[in-house]
Amino acid sequence: MVQRRRLLFMSVAAIAATGSNRIFGASSAWADTITLPFNNGERPLVQYPEKRPMIGVTQRPPQLETPFAIFNEGVITPNDAFFVRYHLADIPLEIDTSKFFVEVKGKVTTPLRLSVADLKKLPATEIVAVNQCSGNSRGFFTPRVGGGQLGNGAMGNARWKGVPLRVVLERAGVQAGARQVVFGGVDRPVADGTPDYAKALDIDHARDGEVMLAYGMNGQDLPMLNGFPVRLVVPGYYGTYWVKHLDEITVIDGVHDNFWMKTAYRIPDNECNCVVPGAAPAPTIPINRFTVRSFITNLADGAVVKAAADVQIKGIAFDGGKGIRDVAISIDSGKSWSPTTLGLDIGRYSFREWQTRIRLPAGTHAVKARATNNAGDVQPMEARWNPSGYLRNVIETVRVTAV
Amino acid sequence: MEQFGNSKTWLAAGIILSLAGAAGSTYAGVASYTLPEETAAFRPGPNQDLAQSNCAGCHSADYIQIQPRGPNFGKDFWQASVIKMINVYGAPIAEADVGKIVEYLATAYSSVD
Repeated sequence: MVQRRRLLFMSVAAIAATGSNRIFGASSAWADTITLPFNNGERPLVQYPEKRPMIGVTQRPPQLETPFAIFNEGVITPNDAFFVRYHLADIPLEIDTSKFFVEVKGKVTTPLRLSVADLKKLPATEIVAVNQCSGNSRGFFTPRVGGGQLGNGAMGNARWKGVPLRVVLERAGVQAGARQVVFGGVDRPVADGTPDYAKALDIDHARDGEVMLAYGMNGQDLPMLNGFPVRLVVPGYYGTYWVKHLDEITVIDGVHDNFWMKTAYRIPDNECNCVVPGAAPAPTIPINRFTVRSFITNLADGAVVKAAADVQIKGIAFDGGKGIRDVAISIDSGKSWSPTTLGLDIGRYSFREWQTRIRLPAGTHAVKARATNNAGDVQPMEARWNPSGYLRNVIETVRVTAV
Repeated sequence: MEQFGNSKTWLAAGIILSLAGAAGSTYAGVASYTLPEETAAFRPGPNQDLAQSNCAGCHSADYIQIQPRGPNFGKDFWQASVIKMINVYGAPIAEADVGKIVEYLATAYSSVD
């Protein structure tokens, strides 16, 4: 990625924290750009409250990508670097937590109205899990498809703390015949005709004990743009289900068929969830678990290293929850593969670090990383295509020149 | 390549969390958030004002700006996009304006650069 400094101007507003007020953030102005490696990929680097400089995708509603170098700094993505994706422009900019409630209703025996304080009194769990936008890496699709043109930065890995949805549903008492649970947040559409955002999970999934109402992220409150004060965490599933500013949980006895479930976020219903480029898939199913992916994080495309010497190479891998079995590395465009050493296992929904050493003869080499999960799912050599630009998981290539 | 939006800087912004309750509890207060000023600008072109007034109610100009370029992203792509905004997202766009908006988008945003 090319980073070009255009103008840098920063002004820090020094605001005193007095009495009962706690104030975060400084103000700044930023007009660097970064160019993602696909056509029309120039983006501004932008500064938002609670965030470090991020790749600006869109301003209203805000969408921010994590600069890729962050993923080399550790297995956990810091809150201030975590990607942001909204669908609807009427987003909450002021939340009074004394008036914020999560309603549990529908096919339940006891409807609930839970404050965040109520949630915090319930038994808490923690899970490290990747959140990834369905359209992460869409900008790399060939042929290109419309939509948010993302590089690889619409993903992140955090330690989430909260209450298992199962606990909340048990308190409410799910009635016989319940089939799905529908989740809604505070954000709203601007136009009357725009479908409000809501997503649904099957009842058994909702009660699996892992789906969580999270109020904590890496030991802190959720940043506002990541769903403060509570969001749904659906480990292994694409971010479309991780409803932010969650205030509505509705148990239904049917299958939710709003636009966001029935029309949007659909993938081809076949073995590869793919179609021939340009073809229209039929039938389709709702997008669900992550495909298996891996990335080299310490060598960017175009990196120059010493020839005929040991070079450390490392990165991350993840999948939809089976866990990573191995990551292999190739320095000859995928003709032969060598094993790498996996890092600490901090959960099957987490990024898994890997590293090894390679020796490159002088010249330019296509270095590839390939992850396999515990179900034997392996990244493909050729990119799979679908018209919405979802599920990208082709083996990534970094061109490295040894001199 | 034309620069995204314009080169204006992001302006002052901040988050304030006022705590009404006991120290250490962040769950009895008001969290306020100030988004940076919107700087993404619509490109000049025929019927720019019409397009802007119809599109910018729901989203910033960068939603248009970031779309891919090339032969698959000409007039047909923009026609389909505008129809999708109407049929799927309920955009209140007058039928008589659709052609003009498509013309603007195809002129201002379809150049291969």
